[in-house]
Amino acid sequence: MYKYFPHTEDDLQAMMEKVGVKNLDELYAQIPEHIRFKGDYELPRAASELEVRQVFEELGNKNKQLTCFAGMGVYDHYTPSVIPNLLQRSEFLTSYTPYQAEISQGTLHYIFEYQSMMTQLTGMDISNASMYDGTTACAEAMMMAVAAGKKVNKVLVTGCMNPLTYEVLKTYALHRNIEIEVLPIRDGITSLDDVKAALAQGGVAGVIVQQPNVYGIVEDFTGFAEACHEQKALFIMDSVAADLAVLKTPGEWGADIAVGDGQSLGIPMQFGGPYVGYMCCTEKLIRKMPGRIVGMTQDNRGQRAFVLTLQAREQHIRRQKATSNICSNQSLMALWVTVYLSLMGKEGLKEVAQLSYAGAHYLCDELLKTGHFTLAFDKPFFNEFYVKYDGDANALYNRLIDAGIMGGVRLEEGFLFAVTEKRTKKEIDNLVKIAAL
Amino acid sequence: MAKVIEGLYYSESHEYLKVEGNIGIIGITDYAQKALGNVVYVDMPEVDDEVEAGAEFGAVESVKAASDLNSPVSGTVVEVNEALEDAPELINQDAYENWIIKVEMSDESELENLMDAAAYEAFCEKEAH
Repeated sequence: MYKYFPHTEDDLQAMMEKVGVKNLDELYAQIPEHIRFKGDYELPRAASELEVRQVFEELGNKNKQLTCFAGMGVYDHYTPSVIPNLLQRSEFLTSYTPYQAEISQGTLHYIFEYQSMMTQLTGMDISNASMYDGTTACAEAMMMAVAAGKKVNKVLVTGCMNPLTYEVLKTYALHRNIEIEVLPIRDGITSLDDVKAALAQGGVAGVIVQQPNVYGIVEDFTGFAEACHEQKALFIMDSVAADLAVLKTPGEWGADIAVGDGQSLGIPMQFGGPYVGYMCCTEKLIRKMPGRIVGMTQDNRGQRAFVLTLQAREQHIRRQKATSNICSNQSLMALWVTVYLSLMGKEGLKEVAQLSYAGAHYLCDELLKTGHFTLAFDKPFFNEFYVKYDGDANALYNRLIDAGIMGGVRLEEGFLFAVTEKRTKKEIDNLVKIAAL
Repeated sequence: MAKVIEGLYYSESHEYLKVEGNIGIIGITDYAQKALGNVVYVDMPEVDDEVEAGAEFGAVESVKAASDLNSPVSGTVVEVNEALEDAPELINQDAYENWIIKVEMSDESELENLMDAAAYEAFCEKEAH
């Protein structure tokens, strides 16, 4: 019975005697009476393995497999089966963060490859070893901008930001004396004039935009980086990783920090995570970057070796001065992305992007032809778009679900549809047929 | 024994200040350099930044520690020693030759709060024990 319990009654007694309390209640005396749990724990009787399986199978069967046309930050791209197979190797799956880093050459090696590929994808100088997810990567970029600036604490955030990212930014800003100013949405995009006007007010550490933005629109950021740099503010771009294979990169836009979620690089949607965040920056900002960086060098025998090259000191000492206290990364999912990128190669990534683009534009055209839909904003989009619907949108959404289709993300006036390379013409036509009714 | 130079001003956080007209040349002392060990990075402010007497303006990172740089006087940064960006180890070679920032001082009365060479030498002596 006590096999899985670390402490026996005797252990507890001995420890309580040692610290001088009579019972456990006395030990918890500091916890206010009114918030202490007083009832009995209603734990069910122990179940057999068979019974546990039955319970979970029943729960699992409540899930419905839908054809996914939803996105808004998480996309139903294909996962080559070699990835989960490789990742399930116990060397990868069960290893914890390498404390004595250089002993774990294999881990450092794949992190190095990950970093190299992410810098290529984003067009930036430096990548760290990864972050928890896209939203926290963006929040870390916000803190980095404030840390890199001199006595400035305001960050401008596009109004076309994914609401989930925005919520995380607000949470991180709350107790760090960071002021977030949301820029107005102008016909579905961020306006350079608004950015300039807000920058001119002074005190701005950074400007955060999203590409493609929350409506799927590919924004033109000409002049943004220059406007930021004139006022000594950092230009931060939050992009869907996979889309950077064909879109102009943050590096090309002159961004100082590039962040985003790596889920689109072959990680299944898996009920919301785990995903992986990426963070890249210019060489100038390397000391302000949270996390760690792996480098390649030679050992004393002239052999190729990987080392933990840089980690901001403040993360271990002088912690009160740190940009961030994050010391870890999302290694297994970074490996996932690394295997995906290696498998797909530049051509494969482009093909995925082109198929997704073509599918989304075909769906959009067909929906417009029904006469029930209009584009919310007449702006270029990639694989996701916002359409208004002239009928009862909730009823249509439910009709699609009944037909086995997840009909995008419901927005106020209609739907945000996303298409990936996984969606076939037949699936798209089926959606349009139901939507045309 | 760490080198102390006559005619400079010294702070308790081991910065020196050399006065040339209304310009203050600031660096870390030989004592500080020795205590830190091999310097690998110097975090410096930018020209036109304001510094305040006793307040932090940057940091020196060595292989065994990282410590704040505090300005001995208030003023405006007029020059930073860019050579330290690529060669932070210059501080170990000669801490007095390789200053960190030059500041246009705004309040010369602040000099009275600093130590002279003899006082600083005694201060280091005491710190070492």
